[in-house]
Amino acid sequence: MQVTMTVNGNEVTATIEPRLLLVHFIRDHLLLRGTHWGCDTSNCGTCVLWMDGEPVKSCTVLAAMANGREIRTVEDLERGGVLDPVQQGFIEEHGLQCGFCTPGMMMTARWLLDHNPDPSEEEIREAISGQICRCTGYKNIVSAIRWAAEHPSTTEVNA
Amino acid sequence: MTSTIEAPEANPIGFGRMKRKEDPRFVRGQGNYVDDLQLPGMLYGAVLRSTLPHARIVSIDTSAAEAHPKVKAVITGKTLETLNLAWIPSLSHDVLAVLATDKVRFQGQEVAFVVAEDRYSARDALELIEVEYEPLDPVIDAKQAILPGATVIRDDIAGKTDNHIFDWEAGDKAATDAVFAAAEVVVTQDMLYPRVHPAPMETCGAVADMNKVTGKLTIWCTTQAPHAHRTLYALVAGLPEHQIRVVSPDIGGGFGNKVGIYPGYVCSVVGSILTGKPVKWMEDRSENLMSTSFARDYHMHGEIAATREGKITGLRVRVLADHGAFNNTAQPTKFPAGFFHIFTGSYDLQAAHCAVTGVYTNKAPGGVAYACSFRVTEAVYLVERMVDCLAGELGMDPAELRMKNLLRKEQFPYTCKTGWVYDSGDYPRALELAMEIAGYDELRREQAEKRKRGELMGIGISFFTETVGAGPKKHMDILGLGMADGAEVRVHPTGKAVVRLSVQTQGQGHETTFAQIVAEQLGIPPLDIDVVHGDTDNTPFGLGTYGSRSTPVSGAAVAVAAQRVRDKARIVASAMLEVSPDDLEWEKGRFFVKGDPSASKTIQEIALGAHGTVELPEGVEGHLDADCVYDPPNLTFPFGAYICVVDVDRGTGVVKVRRFIAVDDCGPRINPMIVDGQIHGGLADGVGMALMEVIAFDKEGNCLGGSFMDYLLPTSLECPSWELGMTVTPSPHHPIGVKGIGESATVGSPPAVVNAVLDAIGVRHADMPLTPAQVWRAMQGTPLRTDLAIE
Ligand code: FES
Ligand code: FES
Repeated sequence: MQVTMTVNGNEVTATIEPRLLLVHFIRDHLLLRGTHWGCDTSNCGTCVLWMDGEPVKSCTVLAAMANGREIRTVEDLERGGVLDPVQQGFIEEHGLQCGFCTPGMMMTARWLLDHNPDPSEEEIREAISGQICRCTGYKNIVSAIRWAAEHPSTTEVNA
Repeated sequence: MTSTIEAPEANPIGFGRMKRKEDPRFVRGQGNYVDDLQLPGMLYGAVLRSTLPHARIVSIDTSAAEAHPKVKAVITGKTLETLNLAWIPSLSHDVLAVLATDKVRFQGQEVAFVVAEDRYSARDALELIEVEYEPLDPVIDAKQAILPGATVIRDDIAGKTDNHIFDWEAGDKAATDAVFAAAEVVVTQDMLYPRVHPAPMETCGAVADMNKVTGKLTIWCTTQAPHAHRTLYALVAGLPEHQIRVVSPDIGGGFGNKVGIYPGYVCSVVGSILTGKPVKWMEDRSENLMSTSFARDYHMHGEIAATREGKITGLRVRVLADHGAFNNTAQPTKFPAGFFHIFTGSYDLQAAHCAVTGVYTNKAPGGVAYACSFRVTEAVYLVERMVDCLAGELGMDPAELRMKNLLRKEQFPYTCKTGWVYDSGDYPRALELAMEIAGYDELRREQAEKRKRGELMGIGISFFTETVGAGPKKHMDILGLGMADGAEVRVHPTGKAVVRLSVQTQGQGHETTFAQIVAEQLGIPPLDIDVVHGDTDNTPFGLGTYGSRSTPVSGAAVAVAAQRVRDKARIVASAMLEVSPDDLEWEKGRFFVKGDPSASKTIQEIALGAHGTVELPEGVEGHLDADCVYDPPNLTFPFGAYICVVDVDRGTGVVKVRRFIAVDDCGPRINPMIVDGQIHGGLADGVGMALMEVIAFDKEGNCLGGSFMDYLLPTSLECPSWELGMTVTPSPHHPIGVKGIGESATVGSPPAVVNAVLDAIGVRHADMPLTPAQVWRAMQGTPLRTDLAIE
């Protein structure tokens, strides 16, 4: 079947199998490798991206269901050579170690801050609770998102 | 002092907090993990796994799979037999089935491998393979498996009539028995450290590419030990080692899960040889949890002896170690129970003895993984639980009891009763600091008040001594390979540098910290130093990253190599300044003439000189580089004091970890930010193991922890905001005094959480994980056996 969707601002059309998962479409067909795949049961959240402005677990969405939708992935966080404050926050506060959960965490964080620019620690923990990080113990992820809240615009180019 | 995150300073030239050099690529989604690799013409592999835990294979019919239009090859044990690859040596002098030929011995065992044009077709074809099994009795309970007459799992081993693997002991049995016979108080407790899984967020996988023209095999692989893998491939497959290149690109967490060679890797290689195309294999999460290296599964019978005043005199332990269907634990050859014999922990006692028996069961193989420091995790859990049991028996505060028995500063270096030589430490100070941060007395008062109101609050302590940095070649090898590591430091003409490592990062930040080690020695800014690692074609040999050995072993190699560069720089500088080398003094980044600091050469000027036309003394070659193979004289012994505070809901058994205080001493901290991060991650592991994680089995041998729906990992909601503190005791035998930190928190934290929960509910012991069901049952006086299905 044929699908057409907007991915990071670009329209893409592709012929796919109806059963193809969005995560595999994004990774293997569009070669956007920042979105990861970490489980089979919709528990880990390494695959989180945005569909029509909402974070979704792309392992639990068929590419066919994204037809006509707008997709945003981690590759689109940086704009004009400037990192998103969330990206900068993860660097500043050591919010990542192996980096595998990081794109999904950052996509959720960006969404949170868009809807709640000054979240409390509890609100941050709640927001990322559907995602697992095996490396950081979460404390620095919380700090990273707080850093982003406190620095709503970063200017550092190509940090 | 409490370590808090200081304001980010400019990049230090040497040790200190600095942002990680690797982060800019990761935050952009530009990491390069194995599954990100896409090669022209690449095919995809998938593994058919056994549905049964124990069964004879009657027949395998692959014809329908082979007829699938997108399938390029189907490999079975028979195919591998023709290549002599159906079985490979395990990491513990046993053998391991790559694809089952005679029997399947655990649920999820590899039976066949399909190579197809795409991921989904490979999976489709698995459905087309018909395997006829003759089911056999599954042997799931280690305690049954060891009994005479139990069904024999390893009938592939000639003459094998039972499931026994090894008996191993440490310590002085007679002396220990005498101490126990004379003891005023003896407390006995059985406990299980259940089977858990490292479950890194990235599962295991490989891309194998055999170039038929050049004969060179390249394997991109999720491995923590690329060099060891290459040597093993050479030995096992008979391929020439120089024609094998193992690349470990970015790794999405390892925790010991990615030390061994898995059947999927070998099958990818065979698939590439058969098809002439690169083959990618990436397991899914269920495959990862059900078949790859698990951890623990230690049934322990502990006994502790003491005086009535609370002086611990002896410790005695018997362990039944469940190693699964093949003995494939990754640990130094001489130590089949890893470093479990450090179970005397941090205490001064008169005698100790442990006896460990290994047993086969119809479960996945493995056993040493999940940041366990070669089973120090089990040892620390045992002793820290026993000490709490003793405190309960004596009616003593567990902090007081520990303080009374901790080794004193002046006792170091300390030879413990099972032979380890602890390098350095100030244990009472660490515990005092943890109690101070926690506000221990205040917490106990709060607890007493809550108790009066019927509320359940618990405070748990653990004190641990780690033993890491394996290890001295004279004592330690894995499959005959000595556990020394190489490093090379090369300063380019313009004063920038490259350091090549034998170890591989899985998130620990080596690209940053190893540059800082060189920077500290040479005064070259870390951002000017490239760290090369993970590729056997351009790094020196070494055994890899596990057992917290990177900094203690490879870090030492790098420091020594950098010091050798500095020694050479002195000679070059002396030629440039026309003074004797002895007249030069070093200050970070430059040599200057004693008494005339203005006459100096920076390391950058020296680098240019070394590559230029400066006339060097007879016998001194140009350029500025050095290498080192570091054979550690001893292990290093990080330690720490942890305190956990929990609240337990009396009605539901739900545990809330309210606070967790961790004081760690890992010697000098190269990058305090990274050290704190390593500790945070390990503490989360501890909360997970204590409260949620377990790979249990039902009577039929079905794995009950095969997905993240069943194998529960801690999220941001289960983890508190960690409170860290530190003391700094350098290791006297290490070139830069560092001890390693990767696994300390995973080792030290589970008993603190368990002690806290049991303190809250007033129960002497219940096995992990302390799920609501288990806590509730423990409160009723009937705790569960957590490794078997809940009845
Ligand atoms: S891959 Fe785990 S939730 Fe999507
Ligand atoms: S940084 Fe490794 S899983 Fe989060």
